[in-house]
Amino acid sequence: MAISIDKKILNDWESVIGLEIHVQLNTNSKLFSGASTRFGAEPNTQACNIDLGMPGVLPVLNQEVLKMAVKFGLSVDARINNPTNFSRKNYFYPDLPKGYQISQLDNPIVEGGCVNISISGEKKKVIGITRAHLEEDAGKSLHEDYEGMTGVDLNRAGTPLLEIVSEPDIRSAEEAISYLKKIHSIVRYLEISDGNMAEGSMRCDANVSVRKKGSKELGTRTEIKNVNSFRFVEKAINYEIKRQIGLISKGEEITQDTILYDSAKDETKPMRSKEFANDYRYFPEPDLLPVVIKNSFIDEVKKEMPEMLEEKKSRFIKDFNLKEYDADVLVADKSIASYFENVIKISKEPKLSANWVMGELSAYLNKENIDISQSKVNYKDLATLILRISDNTISGKIAKEVFEIMWSKDQDPDTIIEEKGLKQVTDSSEIELLIDKVLEENPEQLSQLKEGKDKLFGFFVGQIMKASQGKANPAQVNEILKNKLKI
Amino acid sequence: MSELYKLSIKEKLKGLTDKTFSSLDLTSSYFERIKEFDSTLNSYITLTKDLALEKAKKSDQRYNSNENLPLDGVPIAHKDIFCTKDTLTTCGSKMLNNFVPPYSSTVVEKLDQAGLIMLGKTNMDEFAMGSSNETSFYGGVKNPWNKECVPGGSSGGSAACVAAGLASSATATDTGGSIRQPAALCGLTGIKPTYGRVSRYGMIAFASSLDQGGVLSKSSEDAAYILNYMSGKDSKDSTCLDVEVPNFLNSLEDKLDGTKIGIPKQFLSRNLPNYIEKNMEETKRELEKLGAEFYEVDLPNVELSLPIYYILAPAECSANLSRYDGVKFGYRCENPLNLDDLYLRTREEGFGDEVKRRILIGTYALSAGFYDAYYLKAQKCRKLVANDFKEAFKKVDLIFSPTTPDVAFRSGEKLDDPLEMYLQDIFTIPANLAGLPAISFPSGFHNELPIGMQLISNKLDESKLLNSCHQFQKITDFHKKWPSL
Repeated sequence: MAISIDKKILNDWESVIGLEIHVQLNTNSKLFSGASTRFGAEPNTQACNIDLGMPGVLPVLNQEVLKMAVKFGLSVDARINNPTNFSRKNYFYPDLPKGYQISQLDNPIVEGGCVNISISGEKKKVIGITRAHLEEDAGKSLHEDYEGMTGVDLNRAGTPLLEIVSEPDIRSAEEAISYLKKIHSIVRYLEISDGNMAEGSMRCDANVSVRKKGSKELGTRTEIKNVNSFRFVEKAINYEIKRQIGLISKGEEITQDTILYDSAKDETKPMRSKEFANDYRYFPEPDLLPVVIKNSFIDEVKKEMPEMLEEKKSRFIKDFNLKEYDADVLVADKSIASYFENVIKISKEPKLSANWVMGELSAYLNKENIDISQSKVNYKDLATLILRISDNTISGKIAKEVFEIMWSKDQDPDTIIEEKGLKQVTDSSEIELLIDKVLEENPEQLSQLKEGKDKLFGFFVGQIMKASQGKANPAQVNEILKNKLKI
Repeated sequence: MSELYKLSIKEKLKGLTDKTFSSLDLTSSYFERIKEFDSTLNSYITLTKDLALEKAKKSDQRYNSNENLPLDGVPIAHKDIFCTKDTLTTCGSKMLNNFVPPYSSTVVEKLDQAGLIMLGKTNMDEFAMGSSNETSFYGGVKNPWNKECVPGGSSGGSAACVAAGLASSATATDTGGSIRQPAALCGLTGIKPTYGRVSRYGMIAFASSLDQGGVLSKSSEDAAYILNYMSGKDSKDSTCLDVEVPNFLNSLEDKLDGTKIGIPKQFLSRNLPNYIEKNMEETKRELEKLGAEFYEVDLPNVELSLPIYYILAPAECSANLSRYDGVKFGYRCENPLNLDDLYLRTREEGFGDEVKRRILIGTYALSAGFYDAYYLKAQKCRKLVANDFKEAFKKVDLIFSPTTPDVAFRSGEKLDDPLEMYLQDIFTIPANLAGLPAISFPSGFHNELPIGMQLISNKLDESKLLNSCHQFQKITDFHKKWPSL
């Protein structure tokens, strides 16, 4: 249900938004145990005694997780705390086996960073990152299929999470999405998470409040929990902003609630009030000593840092002479960027390759809603296709036909061009014959052209191409036609 | 062969090697004594007789083929706080009345690999919370020296069974004195090693930063045998120390000449019964005979120990015991109406009063608005106490005190007065707060009840503790006395 509020009223207000993003780190084993983290296994087959919180068991920190968190910290120019400490966060829930979650309160591993975002062509904006800390995920409660009872699946229990908390620097849903996408791209670039929101490996809570423009004070905030797609984050924030402005305009007060977004109804509704909120009784985790992070460790991680988005973009612009917009599109997803680079390595045609990756390929991927890793045309075949354009074997137009067959039939471009006889006609005598035939068939237009109606030149080129079924080399057609007409 | 139980571990190993008796003889003789006396004492919760006899037979095969393990065939009892694979592990609680662990604690595994034979699991205060063994769901344990009296706690079952000759030695744990206080009350040698010397993996947690496994034995020498095989690094316990473990037997015969022993003046100012003071003086004189020198030392913050402990231990326990919620294992109430009802009734019915009291104290101390005043302040004070010891150990090698303020008390006597019960640990708690090793050893009797004295050493200096007690035990015979059952 949409809320409608007068635009004039909306313009008087500004929203203040902070995001808490939970990123599941893609380690092989869990944060504090050796159990596997694979998604989608049979319930409770990937939970060991430690994940089950059995009496007497103890956590042992997975060193791989530390490295991933440090990578993230370095990529957002943050401080890496040494030592970093773990704490217990206490609450009862059936999918939390120990009755507490091992998390970080004081000295989180990452503190005080920032990222740049850009919003629809506007200039860049800096969003501060307050902290990023490690914690273990809970299991899942299954409420269906148990005849009024609840099932508990602890496969996910103990999976490492990095919770990234932003400063309340975000001023609109659009900025929130831009920031969220930026974090998504960072974790994908670092290869520390697949960032898959649908599978829950990236989850987002948004803290939203509104205030009159120009005001320095913060309004009462609400927390929208667990929104599972970029689009829903945007819709939920926009709905919540309007809801809050609507309430305040009516003279009502905002209560500090935790809110759930219902994507089916496109509305937010309070889940629990903070007044009844848990007191988590954090205290230092006595089973884990403070973790010392040596400078030598950080130096090691620095060496392993991949080229990040901004660096890649600059390089694309410099080396491939791409436009900024094209570079932005190509680097947004690391796997698309590397697909693109692989295509160039073979085709040596940056501009044409960029057009094909951003154009045809992206359109097909979007149409089938699949990831580049699932693309039905591999980079080698696309590069070959581009080569055939640049060496004049086929025209760009024919190439699109070839691409469609490549996509649907899984054939390589050379075979398709050969079998379908799509090779461009470059024999000038053959082209001359075609031209003569077309000129003969259109005497009226020919005389008009000769009388100075230059526009008809294009008409003849079109007719000639049509007669060749698109296979004639357009440049040659132009040249020979000009000669014939003595223009 | 009727008095095999009176042999030291050294003598048992000799007898087994010489084939004077077999492992099966030895283990069987213990089960005979258990059968005869434990129905009164109640020191065991679970007996693992079939398993033990099976193991004893295998031990004999190893002796016959000269492939025997270092402590092959020596019978031991495990405190029911150590998880034992496929054997009921209750932690003295109704909450775990049905809990059969799918894994063993590192301590049990290590001792198993050394060839020790588990006789059973010993009674204890519920979740190790208590100083009299009276909080156990499985009933109180009687002190073998006087069955009207308590054996101490929380390792009361371990202490009583060793004192009565129902096990050669027994594993135990010590959070605030749970090895040393029962050792004192039952006339045994009990050592709590340095925090981190012995793995806590599979040892059911009470207060993680204070809990430490150790052993109760008749003598310092017996304790050294067991501790040798309990100790050492464990990759499953992040707080377990990665340091070499010396062979504790090797230093037992070192002379005490020039050993500096400090007596904290804060301990002297306590109003102790005259027979305890007198015994302290006598023990001091014996140690002086061995070459030790005594000094007064100052531990200015040590008197804060009890309040510090009764904030930190309950705080940690309040979280450690949250897992007992009726969802995954252990006790679950009948027909819960909903989730809250499941939690409330499971924990209401499954825990005893003392455990509930400590969960409540701990939850309160960690609550918003109280955290700084209680938990945080207690943590800071804990550092002060640890620092006092650090300073003291610049001047002396060991610190000496009574283990308990008095000898064993009568069953029920302190049950309704938790504060009076908590004072039992006034001399033992400081070593837990500072993570230091400490030993209690028998030093005399009052009204036929044992008296125990305590020595505390610097970190990782268990050798010095065992050595000093062994030397003392060479010129005294308190540790050789047996109660008449």
